[in-house]
Amino acid sequence: MEQLFSNEVWKGSARWGTALLFSVVLLALFVVDCRPASAIPAFARKYGMPCSSCHEAWPKLSPFGQQFKDNGYQLGNDRDAPIFQQAAYWPVTFRITPQWHRESVNKAQVDGSNGIGVNEAQVTTHGFDWSGLDFHTGGTLAKNISFYALPSSDNTGAFHFESVWARLDNVGGSSWVNIKMGKFELDNLLSEKRILTLTNVSGVYANYHFQPMYQPGVSGNPNFVFGIGDNQVGLEWMGHSKDDRTRISASLLSSNDGSPGLPTNRGYDGFFAASRAFELGSLGLQRVGGFAYIGEAPTYFQFTNGGPASPVAGTGIGNKGFQRYGLIGMWYIRKFDITTIYFHGSDSAWLASNTPAVPGATLPIGAHAPAWNGALFESHYNLNPQLIFINRYELVRMSQQAFTGDGTAPANPSNLGNTDVVTFGVRYYPFISSRAGFAYHGEYALMRQRGASPVTFSDLTTSSLLVGFDFDF
Amino acid sequence: MPNMKIARLFVGVATALVFPLAPAAQQAEQAAAKAKPHMESHIGNLTGHSEAGAQLYYRYCWGCHGARGNGDGENAPYVTPQPRNFVAAIFKCRSTPTGTLPLDSDLYDSLNRGFNFTNMPSWITLTAQERADLVAFIKTFSSRWVTEKSGAPIQVPPEPKLTLESIKHGSELFQKLVCWKCHGQEGRGDGPSASTLTDSNEQPIRPYDFTSTDRSKCGKTNRELYRVFMTGMDGTPMPSFADVVKPEDAWDLVHYLRTLQYNNPSPELAMWEGTAEGKSIVAAKKVQNTYTGSGLKP
Repeated sequence: MEQLFSNEVWKGSARWGTALLFSVVLLALFVVDCRPASAIPAFARKYGMPCSSCHEAWPKLSPFGQQFKDNGYQLGNDRDAPIFQQAAYWPVTFRITPQWHRESVNKAQVDGSNGIGVNEAQVTTHGFDWSGLDFHTGGTLAKNISFYALPSSDNTGAFHFESVWARLDNVGGSSWVNIKMGKFELDNLLSEKRILTLTNVSGVYANYHFQPMYQPGVSGNPNFVFGIGDNQVGLEWMGHSKDDRTRISASLLSSNDGSPGLPTNRGYDGFFAASRAFELGSLGLQRVGGFAYIGEAPTYFQFTNGGPASPVAGTGIGNKGFQRYGLIGMWYIRKFDITTIYFHGSDSAWLASNTPAVPGATLPIGAHAPAWNGALFESHYNLNPQLIFINRYELVRMSQQAFTGDGTAPANPSNLGNTDVVTFGVRYYPFISSRAGFAYHGEYALMRQRGASPVTFSDLTTSSLLVGFDFDF
Repeated sequence: MPNMKIARLFVGVATALVFPLAPAAQQAEQAAAKAKPHMESHIGNLTGHSEAGAQLYYRYCWGCHGARGNGDGENAPYVTPQPRNFVAAIFKCRSTPTGTLPLDSDLYDSLNRGFNFTNMPSWITLTAQERADLVAFIKTFSSRWVTEKSGAPIQVPPEPKLTLESIKHGSELFQKLVCWKCHGQEGRGDGPSASTLTDSNEQPIRPYDFTSTDRSKCGKTNRELYRVFMTGMDGTPMPSFADVVKPEDAWDLVHYLRTLQYNNPSPELAMWEGTAEGKSIVAAKKVQNTYTGSGLKP
């Protein structure tokens, strides 16, 4: 961990400090003068419950919120159908985060001296900004038929669909039969879509998106882009006990990482998750579980139109496999909780080396199926519904490099791609209501990736600092 | 170590921002908890503590039931029926005689069950200890819990064997006790008095519609239905019949009421539909080929 903090050169600190001070003063002013807004997040408005009912600290779900979600966004009081709402009810919520943030990378690729060649330099930037915008529309179409559609933009306003699904809930009156079709978040117990951290470094879980390098500076098959944290498109069966203590799900997914329009192949992936919660006296509800993602991706395209650079969408073949496995524990000691996850991942050597698996083809010398292990420790101290402190440490360790040398190129360093991410954050919610949500958000995150710098292939260190107003309506 | 400097600075900024706020964040919670007497609840082997329940109450419950527990939470104007007023300590679903305080286990069961056709959900996702703590805290709102003891639970005799005579006798009692005035002849909650009914807060209240679902506010088993006759539902127009109905008659009434739930299979309904009279009555009540988004059967 010592080297994690060792390679930075802090430049422009005076200007940075001034900007930070300015933002802090602004924050303090608003802290003093904050008043409850009269906004209406969709579910809270529908049921008249404060956001703290379903969220330990929004967007992180509480067990009650998880059950509400698993039950198809229904409380189960025979008042869930839209017919019980006023006709004007419109289940829409939006969320966005104006912010000040500072981003720094210790080794960015820049022009060489006098504009000749390439070099590496620390690049630091900071300023006021805003996040992308999420439009959440979700709820029930009728009793036991729920839906979600989430057009989401980046901060330029370019939209895509993050989620689009409909779900048949409690089929046959059984909470064990719920069928969902569309694009949705995988049944990850530690939800990346409800992540409490927002920085560029730590706004996603590193383990959920890790893909190994083939060689220093060389990535694998460009058509193989996958993250277990990405929303996927397919069909999900999910079942749970009435009290949600036991949860199980299985999904059949198109092998395209949730992309629209069938861009790659005609393959399918599978995702499986199961967990069981149990009570430990007054400590709280503990949960243990596991998950597995077994997928495949094409190594080349059957048809092209204009050469190899223009493959015909959806005609990818020569599929090769990849796997992600994990064990998760969510441990509560009253107001303190920690989530622990062990990950294991491996990719086919064909995918890692970007080798078309045409009939008769062989792998390059030295190519191996990369494998790695990962861990996550995310702890929270939830002082009360209004205040939560966040800490996270993630690590990824390669256990098998994708390339072990071919007599010409040397073997990968054993630690190539190893990743560490540490994050500290705090969120304070000045009011808790059933109408709107608002949080002061502060966060610092630091990531080190071994051998990932773009020119010298030395360690890459990236940091993010963010303070912002996170709100939804 | 410039990043360490940044990290330290961040921690400093976060501390400066958050710690002044932390007391304010806890203010309502602490003030409310301090102002109240310590209460315990006892449910089986569980002992609930009001101090722990306070934290849960101000996370989950205050939006409807209010910070003072008198049912005037910020959402109360939009909630029908109104949230329970814990200060009055009048509870519908009890195992104790009318006018008395419920057992802790009655409140605990209500938390587990939730109340159909209201905004009160089931809280079985909370741990058993958390639910017991909440029960203890709810008791801090009313001095009745200090000055009175819970009533003695009523005795529910074993259910007699189901017979057609029992159902028919229950039907006669339904008329004799004028249950139909509120619940309607078909049990749809549309009797001639239905529109005039109010609860103890002078708020309009609808009689239970037996045809809607298989679950009433205070449970879904025959035993729970029997108990409702005998305890009444305090705070509502539903009286206790403990003094006017014999236990065997109450069971007959239970058997008959099950036949009104013609959308929900039960032994009573099956026996009733096995007769020519029952079959024609149930068939006439059922509305075929109509689908509603409410999920309630017409």
